[in-house]
Amino acid sequence: MSPRHSFFNRCLMAIPLLLLLPLLTFWLMHLMPGNYFDQLRLNPQISRATVEQYEKLYHLNEPVLIQYVYWLKQLARLDFGYSFAYKQPVLDILVSRLGNTVLLTGFSFAWAWILAVFLGLLAARYPRSIFNRLLDGIAYAALSMPNFFLCLILLHLAAAWGGLPLGGMRSVDYEALSASGKVLDILSHLAIPSFVLGIGIFSFLFRLMRAQAQEVYERDFVLYLRAWRIPGYKILFKHVARNAINPLITLLGMQLPALVSGAALVEIFTGWPGLGQVMLQAVRAQDLFLVMGNMVMVSALLVLGNFLSDILLVIVDPRIRSGKGGAS
Amino acid sequence: MKRGFLFGVAILFLGGLTLATAFADRVAPYDPNLENRAQALHPPTPLHFWDEKGEFHKRPFVYATQMGYEANMLRTYSQVLKKKCFLRRGRHAPLGVQAPGKLYILGTDSRGRDIFSRILYGARTSLSIGILGAFVSVAFGFLVGALAGYFGGWIDHLLMRVAEFFIMMPALYLLLALRGALPPTLDSFQVYLLIVLILSAIGWGGVARVIRGMVLSLRERDFVLAARVLGRRTPEILFRHILPHTYGYLAVIVSISIPGYIFGESFLSVLGLGIQEPAISWGNLLTESLSYSVVRFHPWVLFPGLFIFLTAFCLNIIGDALKASQSPEDKLKENV
Repeated sequence: MSPRHSFFNRCLMAIPLLLLLPLLTFWLMHLMPGNYFDQLRLNPQISRATVEQYEKLYHLNEPVLIQYVYWLKQLARLDFGYSFAYKQPVLDILVSRLGNTVLLTGFSFAWAWILAVFLGLLAARYPRSIFNRLLDGIAYAALSMPNFFLCLILLHLAAAWGGLPLGGMRSVDYEALSASGKVLDILSHLAIPSFVLGIGIFSFLFRLMRAQAQEVYERDFVLYLRAWRIPGYKILFKHVARNAINPLITLLGMQLPALVSGAALVEIFTGWPGLGQVMLQAVRAQDLFLVMGNMVMVSALLVLGNFLSDILLVIVDPRIRSGKGGAS
Repeated sequence: MKRGFLFGVAILFLGGLTLATAFADRVAPYDPNLENRAQALHPPTPLHFWDEKGEFHKRPFVYATQMGYEANMLRTYSQVLKKKCFLRRGRHAPLGVQAPGKLYILGTDSRGRDIFSRILYGARTSLSIGILGAFVSVAFGFLVGALAGYFGGWIDHLLMRVAEFFIMMPALYLLLALRGALPPTLDSFQVYLLIVLILSAIGWGGVARVIRGMVLSLRERDFVLAARVLGRRTPEILFRHILPHTYGYLAVIVSISIPGYIFGESFLSVLGLGIQEPAISWGNLLTESLSYSVVRFHPWVLFPGLFIFLTAFCLNIIGDALKASQSPEDKLKENV
């Protein structure tokens, strides 16, 4: 499969995701008994007519498919609608949250990925060392630990010992801090969520990288390089790394949905103001357009991430660029 | 050798847990819903062999406890040294202690219910969600993957696009939306089934993809050709000759995907979106650990989480051991 063909395929794949997922969500939200305006209906000071007027305004009295079409039309104008609970355009809320989610996910993924590649290579080089065993144990433990539980424990520890903030993203005095103080403040808030999110990714990628590197290590070219007295670190970090790294990049795209879900979970438990946290609030408040907008944002994020990993793979692996062999 | 030892321990733990869960009404020292309000948030009772004078007793015993308050109105339980309550068969359970004493192996929760008993009963929900979810998703993914891989062509194309669609779904968002969509009047059993359904709807895609890859390469082998030449029919070739080669992978994937289902259930339940109170699950046992002040002074409310962790740990070990036991040929394919 040529890279252009595969790229085109990916684009096609994105369309049903971007269209069907919102439809599914729409339908689910419709299944929910009542809507946001039921709260208004309970208020004796608001007349029935007002509520009905509102419902008409947002087409909530129509069948699901019609609502969906209305919503799509809106979306085509990049209008995500209006959040009932926040009394604000959905786009404004989401844009401010999107950055936070991307920051959390990106930061966690970055440290986990880099560390996994580096330590995975070393562990493959020294499989019998204590260092490898230790990392193995950590990876096992992290894979077996439910994320939310790890979050809880770390937050409780932070509460007992102090040192790290207990959730949120900025301190109260954030605006008064200097530029470097602001960065430090956000980093300290980022510590727990990104540790929880990253450690799971790290364990998974570390084990994969180690297995890959071990396999590459047994190939003949390593022996050849050794015979040429190429220094060990060069063999490891240049030649073995280049050959072993492919699945870690392909998996970047495949892992993304799990990553985004994981981020939502961590956000909910640590109060990180991201998309996942908004989603929970919006679902609970039946804030229809906010839920829909959120779903679109997340799907767009996934599609984008997949593209990036495809492009990255082409950059890293020359075999794929020429369209011959390699991982498809 | 060390791996083998760990594997044995894992099997023993899971086997023991499963048995204890299955016979929870015989094993649990107390009724899980029995509220002993006078002994709320009681710490785990230690078993003693030596009494306060240093005398050894063949039969372990616990001290009866008495509630008191500290200066800041914190409840404390002090041991009444005169009251030794020896271990004996409980009324329902093999373990119990003599009258005034209570055997709270892992302490009690804020309504005075025995946490250990609740964990055993909760395991019924949590373990079965894990096992059921894993089996449903693996069975479905297996079927789809096998069909796609064997028939190829447009069937393969269509099925794989659908699978990819499900793989790409942001599971948690969907879970939240879906759970939000359900009327709160659903009873626990319906919620239980729904959780299984939602979780496995998300999980089958990955399995289908791997199985398809394996079948794709298996169907080109000579033994398949031989079967075809002998005039065997397609279903027979598929199910008798090709698919048994994938069972090793299936065993691995079942054991390593069970934790994910248990996590999913407990996550939803902790947030109050999953299994609700009168029913017990590991997730809703942990709702109490959300409160900082409870955990600070009563850390034993975290024990259900330890059970989740240990179960997942054992399953991961078993999964790895199963993976390692496969032939190298099969192992290579798995990396696809």
